[in-house]
Amino acid sequence: MSSTDGTTAPALAGPAVRVRTPRARTTGAYVRYGAGKVGGAAVSLLAVLVTGFFLFRLIPGDPVKTMTGGRPVSAEQLAAYRREFGLDLPLWQQFADYCGKALTGDLGTSYQFRAPVVDKIGEALPNTLLLTGTAFVLYTALGIFLGTRAAWRNGRLGDRLNTGLALTLYSVPSFWLGLLLIIVFSVGIGPIPGLFPTGGMESGSEEGLGYVLDVAHHLILPVITLVAVEYGQTLLVTRSALLDEMGSDYLTTARAKGLRDDLVRRRHAVPNALLPTVTLVFVNLGRTVAGVILVETVFSWPGLGGLFYQALSVPDLPLVQGLFLFFAAAVILMNTLADLVYPLLDPRVGR
Amino acid sequence: MSTPVHGRGLPGPRRAPVTQLVAGAGAAALVFSAGLATPLAPAPRQAYAAEGDRVLTVAVAQSVDSLSPFLASRLVSTSIHRLMYEYLTNYDPGDAHAVPGLATKWQSSPDKLTWTYTIRSDSTWSDGRRATAEDAAWTFNTMMTDEGAATANGSFVSNFEKVTAPSPTELVIELKKPQATMTALDVPIVPKHVWEKVDDFSKFNNDKTFPVVGNGPFVLTDHKPDSHVRLKANKDFWRGAPKFDELVFRYYKDQDAAVAALRKGEVSFVAGSPSLTPAQAASLQDEKDIHVNDAPGRRFYALAVNPGARARNGQRFGDGHPSLLDARVRHALFLAVDRETIIDKVFQGHAVEGQGYIPPRFSPYFWKPSAAQRLDHDPERAARLLDEAGYRKNSAGKRLGKDGKPITYRLLCHATDPNDKAVGRYLEEWWAELGIGVTLDCLDNVSDPWLAGTYDLAFDGWSVNPDPDFVLSIHTCAALPATPKDTGATDNFICDKRYDDLYARQLATYDPAERATLVKRMQSRLYDLGYMNVMAYPNAVEAYRTDQIKSIRTMPSAAGNIYGQDGYWSWWSAVPADSDGSSGDSGSTGVLIGGVVAAAVLVGAGVLFAVRRRSTADDRE
Repeated sequence: MSSTDGTTAPALAGPAVRVRTPRARTTGAYVRYGAGKVGGAAVSLLAVLVTGFFLFRLIPGDPVKTMTGGRPVSAEQLAAYRREFGLDLPLWQQFADYCGKALTGDLGTSYQFRAPVVDKIGEALPNTLLLTGTAFVLYTALGIFLGTRAAWRNGRLGDRLNTGLALTLYSVPSFWLGLLLIIVFSVGIGPIPGLFPTGGMESGSEEGLGYVLDVAHHLILPVITLVAVEYGQTLLVTRSALLDEMGSDYLTTARAKGLRDDLVRRRHAVPNALLPTVTLVFVNLGRTVAGVILVETVFSWPGLGGLFYQALSVPDLPLVQGLFLFFAAAVILMNTLADLVYPLLDPRVGR
Repeated sequence: MSTPVHGRGLPGPRRAPVTQLVAGAGAAALVFSAGLATPLAPAPRQAYAAEGDRVLTVAVAQSVDSLSPFLASRLVSTSIHRLMYEYLTNYDPGDAHAVPGLATKWQSSPDKLTWTYTIRSDSTWSDGRRATAEDAAWTFNTMMTDEGAATANGSFVSNFEKVTAPSPTELVIELKKPQATMTALDVPIVPKHVWEKVDDFSKFNNDKTFPVVGNGPFVLTDHKPDSHVRLKANKDFWRGAPKFDELVFRYYKDQDAAVAALRKGEVSFVAGSPSLTPAQAASLQDEKDIHVNDAPGRRFYALAVNPGARARNGQRFGDGHPSLLDARVRHALFLAVDRETIIDKVFQGHAVEGQGYIPPRFSPYFWKPSAAQRLDHDPERAARLLDEAGYRKNSAGKRLGKDGKPITYRLLCHATDPNDKAVGRYLEEWWAELGIGVTLDCLDNVSDPWLAGTYDLAFDGWSVNPDPDFVLSIHTCAALPATPKDTGATDNFICDKRYDDLYARQLATYDPAERATLVKRMQSRLYDLGYMNVMAYPNAVEAYRTDQIKSIRTMPSAAGNIYGQDGYWSWWSAVPADSDGSSGDSGSTGVLIGGVVAAAVLVGAGVLFAVRRRSTADDRE
């Protein structure tokens, strides 16, 4: 690298210039890496669009017959329904219509609710995000917190108790735990009074601040259920990642410098051990959108999980396809984000 | 990666330590909840129950499909429409005969083709306007001319030639052919001045503007999908105001949770979907202040036989076992069924032994087989019949078909119905004794093989209406699909000329007694054919709190169901208990929440203080 006057650059300037070139190369590499990931996500989304359409055509059951089951319907009316829903068209034409509309954000009209799929998703999405989002923040924080402590005290009684409890709760069926919490803390048992509502998201008779508190009151038990069954996974991943780091030389160096054990853990070990946990966090973040069918059912929470179940049972094809596309898009988006964040956390990724 | 030296890292962003992360997460979760909860609050809603109002809360599981009477087909939605709108006629809670609704009187012309209804003058819409014959005529004409408006109830008007309202109190309906069901038109009459503004009936769900204008015993004031439906008592209802001030349908997707809500007093009534389980009923039986209503239901539970699927054009399709075309084989199969065991062991006593096609609660039409006809449990006679029909056992004890192969029937069952599976196991055992094999095909959705006729036997069941026309019509030749590619309204491909003749005659007979006789003859014919064998009439099992509901009318009055009646009798007649026991969440919500929030704030503050102290301690090192 030479300066403009052709002389050799002073030694001090050297590194400055030498740093700039790799940095430029790194930025370029990152852009290429990022473009590859985004392109991959777009291809995945397209694949979801295609498989979603054909996959749900394989669900047994005639939606029109299921919808009109138990009612006097003439054959002419059944034919009219098929026309209305476009089920009388050839499959390729149905697919072309579906793709064309999906690109403009129109996911069709639900058979059973006769409302735009986008509206039905819009109704239930905030409810699901409230439940799963709150639980996600709590179980992630709790998992990382307890996971680091368990790893640091590896093998001691505290670690064994901590990990044992997390594993036990991780294995417990969420609906069973939910029902148990309802029996104990909603209905009340023995000296324990019934403190919480048995289900739903609101009493329906509050407004303003009272409404917010009412929703929070309804939120407590389902969130506890979700946190209890979910935090174990984060705990175990964090713990094992930290255990891998614990024998590292740089930690010995840090200790040798006389740093407090607490500081060595927080400032040195944990940041380096967080990468697998970050992956899990993004995967879980993608999952929050899909709702949680079992917990939503037990606590009668009006979210997307329940909506998906209802859509499948008809089968309400536009709603099933719309939700499938939406869930898949959320997961793909979060995985792509995770891919884009990695190189920022660990420069070795993406080169 | 920064390497701090003596607690002082390189310049740049410091990483959040785990403890701070946790403290922050708690705060974030709270903020997230509050932030998300606020926009969820809808715009100020109408007419909340004032303090001291009597609220009756019903736990339901089924989602509302639509609040438009032109679109709704689910039981929960049609039950709500019964409360919102008057129909021309209603059913007597005693024996379900037709009684006045919006119409006070009705008569038919001598040629049976013109029906004239006198419309009452004392029914007003909730916006103060009077309900007239014009509203009824507009409702029917809209269904006759607009395909979207015919979605739910089009079958009621398919035989109508013309509907007019010569005066506000007179409605005239002209028919193409005589139709005996003219006092059982289950069509909500809607206010013309509100509904004529609707552009597209196939998309309008009647769920955006509250309160919804109606003239029934209750007025719909609020609906949040899968959360609740709220109705206010109509104080001006012509039959008299309901005794409860508010009626709320609350969603409990899980029946155990709904039962827990009843125990707690959060709800006054649990409907069960379709019934409480025997275990739930038993657990509530001895509970203080709870009454379990275990009463004759309106359903029948049957074993249907594939009679050889065919279309109206005569084409046969499907692959039903040929041996089932012999009535002796069908009868033998049913003779091997021990219905008493099914009632005792599967339904655990919450059902009545099946006989004719229509359940006993519909007394005018109930029919029982004569002693000579009866197919009671008799395995020996069953074996004899099979021998006579030429299906003899081989050395291994298996009955052989005409093709020389052992007979094994495919039995379609609903994977979602535990009763199907349990009864299926018994049938496997009983028919094995006859030398016949059974394969249980339990599917989430049975309609595909059913419509294709690719089954031998199936579990079948219907809810019967006070007017039996519909459940009878699904076994006529006219209900078969036009071609094998079409879908008909047929239940299981039965097509019998004698049955069809009787069906046509009953539809054209306006004398109730004469029509009932014809309906009974049809059931007798159906029984003898052996294609539909009714095993049981399952009870309606539901429960309510006696400290909230003092009395409530069942249908039939003597012993019957409360939820899903043919009419509004239960909720309209319900009398609140003398205690102040109104259903709802416990009143200590505010206090409790306040305590929880205060505790969370204190804990958060404590953690943050500790973290701050520790980081300054780091710096002090």
